[in-house]
Amino acid sequence: MIKWPFLNLKLKIFIMFKWLEKNLPKIVMAPAVGLIGWFVYGFVLWTLYISFTNSKILPKYELWGFGQYEKLWASRKWLISVDNLLVFTALFLIFCIVIGIILAIFLDQKIRAEGVLRTIYLYPMALSFIVTGTAWKWILNPTLGIQKMFIDWGFENFTFDWLVNREMAIYTIVIAGVWQSAGFVMALFLAGLRSVEDEIVKAAKIDGAGLFTVYWRILLPMMRPVFFTSFVILIHISIKSYDLIVALTQGGPGISTTMPALFMTQAAFHKSQVGLSAASAMMMFMAVAAVIIPYLYSELRRENAR
Amino acid sequence: MQDNLKSSSYQQLEQKSKYTNMFLRWFLYFVLILFASYFIFPLYVMVVTSLKTMEEIRQGTLLSWPSGLNFDSWAVAWGGRGYGAGDTFLRPYFWNSIKMVVPAVFFSTLIGAMTGYVLTKWRFKGDSWVFLFLLFGCFIPFQAILLPMARTLGALGISNSIVGLVLVHTVYGIPFTTLFFRNYYVSVPTELVKAARIDGAGFFKIFFKILLPISAPIIVVTVIWQFTQIWNDFLFGSTFSFGEAAPIQVALNNMVLSSTSVKEYNVDMASAIIAGVPTLIVYVLAGKYFIRGLTSGAVKG
Repeated sequence: MIKWPFLNLKLKIFIMFKWLEKNLPKIVMAPAVGLIGWFVYGFVLWTLYISFTNSKILPKYELWGFGQYEKLWASRKWLISVDNLLVFTALFLIFCIVIGIILAIFLDQKIRAEGVLRTIYLYPMALSFIVTGTAWKWILNPTLGIQKMFIDWGFENFTFDWLVNREMAIYTIVIAGVWQSAGFVMALFLAGLRSVEDEIVKAAKIDGAGLFTVYWRILLPMMRPVFFTSFVILIHISIKSYDLIVALTQGGPGISTTMPALFMTQAAFHKSQVGLSAASAMMMFMAVAAVIIPYLYSELRRENAR
Repeated sequence: MQDNLKSSSYQQLEQKSKYTNMFLRWFLYFVLILFASYFIFPLYVMVVTSLKTMEEIRQGTLLSWPSGLNFDSWAVAWGGRGYGAGDTFLRPYFWNSIKMVVPAVFFSTLIGAMTGYVLTKWRFKGDSWVFLFLLFGCFIPFQAILLPMARTLGALGISNSIVGLVLVHTVYGIPFTTLFFRNYYVSVPTELVKAARIDGAGFFKIFFKILLPISAPIIVVTVIWQFTQIWNDFLFGSTFSFGEAAPIQVALNNMVLSSTSVKEYNVDMASAIIAGVPTLIVYVLAGKYFIRGLTSGAVKG
């Protein structure tokens, strides 16, 4: 009679131990799932909720409907941000992909010192946008930068004042952004081209196809998944772009180079418009989701098909 | 096998186009070198500008060679001018960044390795949904979590501290580290694990005895990736810290933007190089792994 509770405890410990052993994998995975669940999904939902309230300096929790979204799309600054984002994304995509493909194809021709060249094309990816933005800001400044260089070389009427020109400042961000990311597209395409079997190219050459035809008609069409990946990743980088603008123009001159990410942080942390900033954050979130979800879906399907 | 394909007609073809090839190759190298100089140009300008005096900067051009190896502006960027107020320099912030990067890289890599291990070797119903759930975290625009994160850090009493930044970087690194390890472990034959299980090896024993010994390459990829991302981060650093707790990128930006007296471009450039040198060194030494991180799975943010 005295031994029963003791045995019971032993049994309990035994059962618990077995349970632990059986569920160990899930327990080990719990931190990742818990942290992401809370800090990503929970936080996004919180931001979504706040975007429907009339929060100013501090979050308020009474619902207010779509007021913040109406305010957002009536704001001139937001419209300029969206406009800039579209211009930037279009140019950023085109230049990165064209330069990336050219470099990848050229590097694929059994080039001497390929390793060195590849290292040079890709090193900007290892640097922060603040570092490269600082460098570009100095290079592009009209008094002592490129403009002065050309004037000193004898082009006396040369002007290059894009950085301080309302109309042109957005293009300086494109220049710096393309410089930073084109190497990445090159790396993606080079890896893609290298994975094509030599036999395909040789067979085409025997059939009399020139190098141009081989690439234009055979290899590039085979790179469709790489195009897709590059598009998605570049669009996603451009929607998020923030550091580069801070380092290069701070959204100026005036508000001519402001972008959604900059709009959001300014509204949240400088202007005490918490509700409005949440609404702008949700617009960014939806834009990214619209690009990423189909991408992840197709990636996963391709993997399952393998 | 290859000789079969390289038939005589193919060789003839190669012979005929030899001269066009010569021209083509010159053109090829010309274009490649042109682009290389475009990519090198800013780095070159940074280095030479940092070695010039302000007098030289005003007189010469962007490209002109400095008169000598003058590291004065590097010393100012790193350690200041030695007077009190308003003398900002990078040294303390550099150490802030180190203190932030090391634990954040360690924890995010550890969590990613364990999660990737479970997702591939201890599969359960719905595991691919869990993976997708984590993977989406790679892509969220961080603006959508800034506001609640700022409040959470405040509530935990770790806002404007390095501990807070370590937490932020660990959490938002998990999707990437999990992706890397998951994609790596997926190609390890599951039979190995099954055999070990039959022999009575437990969860941790299998990880430490079978998977960890072959994980060196992916650990290098993950550590380099996380190091570069966290070192280069500006958004979290500038939002969740200011003043003395700021990481180096924030300090660099503040230094460059501070509009006290005359703009000293040479000090700005030296500061930018100091802030960029750690990741640049890692890239030059282990570029192969860095590129693998960039392109592996091609899912990145």
